[in-house]
Amino acid sequence: MTKEKTKGGRITKWLVSGPPLLFLLVFFVAPSLIMIVTSFRYPGEFGGLAPLVAPAGEVGGEYGLTLEAYQFFLSSSLYAEIFLKSFGVAAATTLICLIMAYPLALLIARSKKRFRNLMVLLVVLPLASNFLIRIYAWMIILGPESGLSHFINTILGVFSIAPLTLLFSPFAVLVGMVYVHLPFMVLPLYINLEKHDLALLDAAQDLGASSWKRFWRVTWPLSLPGVFAGSALVFIPVLGMFAVPEILGGTGDILIGNLIKDQFLGTRDWPFGSTLSIMLTLAVLSIAGLATWLARQSGGMKYAE
Amino acid sequence: MQSSNFRLWFAAALVYTFLYIPLVIVVAYSFNDSRLNAEWVGFTLFWYETLFNDKEMLIAARNSLVIAVSASICATVLGTMAGLAIHRYKLKVLPILVFTPVAMPEILLGVSLLLFFLQVLNLTLGMVSIIIAHTTFCIGFVAIIVRARLQGMDWSVFEAARDLGASPWQSFRHVTLPLIMPAVVAGALMSFTLSIDDFVITFFTKGVGEPILPIQIYTMIKVAVTPEVNAISTLLMLLTLVMIIIATKLDSGVLRGDASQ
Repeated sequence: MTKEKTKGGRITKWLVSGPPLLFLLVFFVAPSLIMIVTSFRYPGEFGGLAPLVAPAGEVGGEYGLTLEAYQFFLSSSLYAEIFLKSFGVAAATTLICLIMAYPLALLIARSKKRFRNLMVLLVVLPLASNFLIRIYAWMIILGPESGLSHFINTILGVFSIAPLTLLFSPFAVLVGMVYVHLPFMVLPLYINLEKHDLALLDAAQDLGASSWKRFWRVTWPLSLPGVFAGSALVFIPVLGMFAVPEILGGTGDILIGNLIKDQFLGTRDWPFGSTLSIMLTLAVLSIAGLATWLARQSGGMKYAE
Repeated sequence: MQSSNFRLWFAAALVYTFLYIPLVIVVAYSFNDSRLNAEWVGFTLFWYETLFNDKEMLIAARNSLVIAVSASICATVLGTMAGLAIHRYKLKVLPILVFTPVAMPEILLGVSLLLFFLQVLNLTLGMVSIIIAHTTFCIGFVAIIVRARLQGMDWSVFEAARDLGASPWQSFRHVTLPLIMPAVVAGALMSFTLSIDDFVITFFTKGVGEPILPIQIYTMIKVAVTPEVNAISTLLMLLTLVMIIIATKLDSGVLRGDASQ
């Protein structure tokens, strides 16, 4: 501690922390500020932005700063609906991931120590394959020519129900979202469950609690910090995801991410795209805040993290 | 207890199957002698042959490799510094700047960098903008890994080195760096994988000129799906697998070196 206060210590401190600080100030903080400013500007006639100051000789026109993009966002219920829909998809994905991940995480945590690392590795390994390829694989599985589609439609045919199209549907989007994010739910759950003191379960059993009761009264409450951490790790990226709906969804399956993407690479309305991005940022911040607060509230302080 | 264990095993087996079936199917169909990804017709290497004759794809692979190597070098240097600084000093701003890009949806970083490059730097989008963008989000991952390793270590080793008269640089070069080396290597390999895999941020910061691997794959998936996609997917999986094996070998090797010292 004392060494830090000397002149040499201070120089070392800045030599070590300075370069990453500078890099991130330029390439993370500055771009974020630019995005905020952009949301208050006028769109250009041919995409991009209108100049801040009117060119010489030009009278009138739209220059300077404006709230137009925000007014536009609030003017139509369409955008609020897409935000709500994105929240719905994120919530559904999180819930399905939780239901699938919990038994697996519990099994890994209760397995013999020497198997645990391998079992965790097997959960993480699919993440090492390309992100687009993991989505594309479901195009094959859910496609109209796939074995799964044939199987389901044959069964439906027996009950004379019209054949289903699995691909390019909200169902396909949900499957893709769950598949891409599942490992992020397993990991925090496992890290939490692994720390539990099994003596508590033995005590509950000695006191006559059934296995179901032991789970709901002991394991589940203690695992809540892990549940909230995993939920945040799934919910937040799903909220901004555009690739999954783009590849697996139909024309109607538009989420916030797709809307933002279109403003920058399609219609080129930068101010509106920035406004949407800021709304998404606010949504993400409130979700992250909520998850942190819930994890603290859930008591298990000594099991937190 | 017996029956609940069985239920757990059953549920876990289903989840593992869910995780691996799609990957197995992609690999299997890369050897399938049919234009459609529908049923098994026969074994062929035709799609790999097509792939290796696809000039555009080869250039894209080379570009992606250049980007991944450059970005992982930059991110490893900056991320290691950040990890050391966050562990050693009580900093307020740096941890927020380092870890936020890791936690937020990628699209936000992509969009803000696009606006920044075009408005402020007036940069023509291309390889350089992608390398900068990838470095920005990889720094956090390297810092997390390096810091985790530092947390498990006894700080008195460094104090001892300083007390024996080593300069800060000497104590870093001969004490700190060898000790955190496994984390630095793991961070570099992770950055490489993240960079070569990244679609979203690349999508926003790419220019129009050079083909990049994930964008090329995206176009193939969107426009015309042929099993060539399966072939490139299989090769990419193989590459990552080899990298992971190297990382584990390296890591345990260095760890053994630690123990003998």
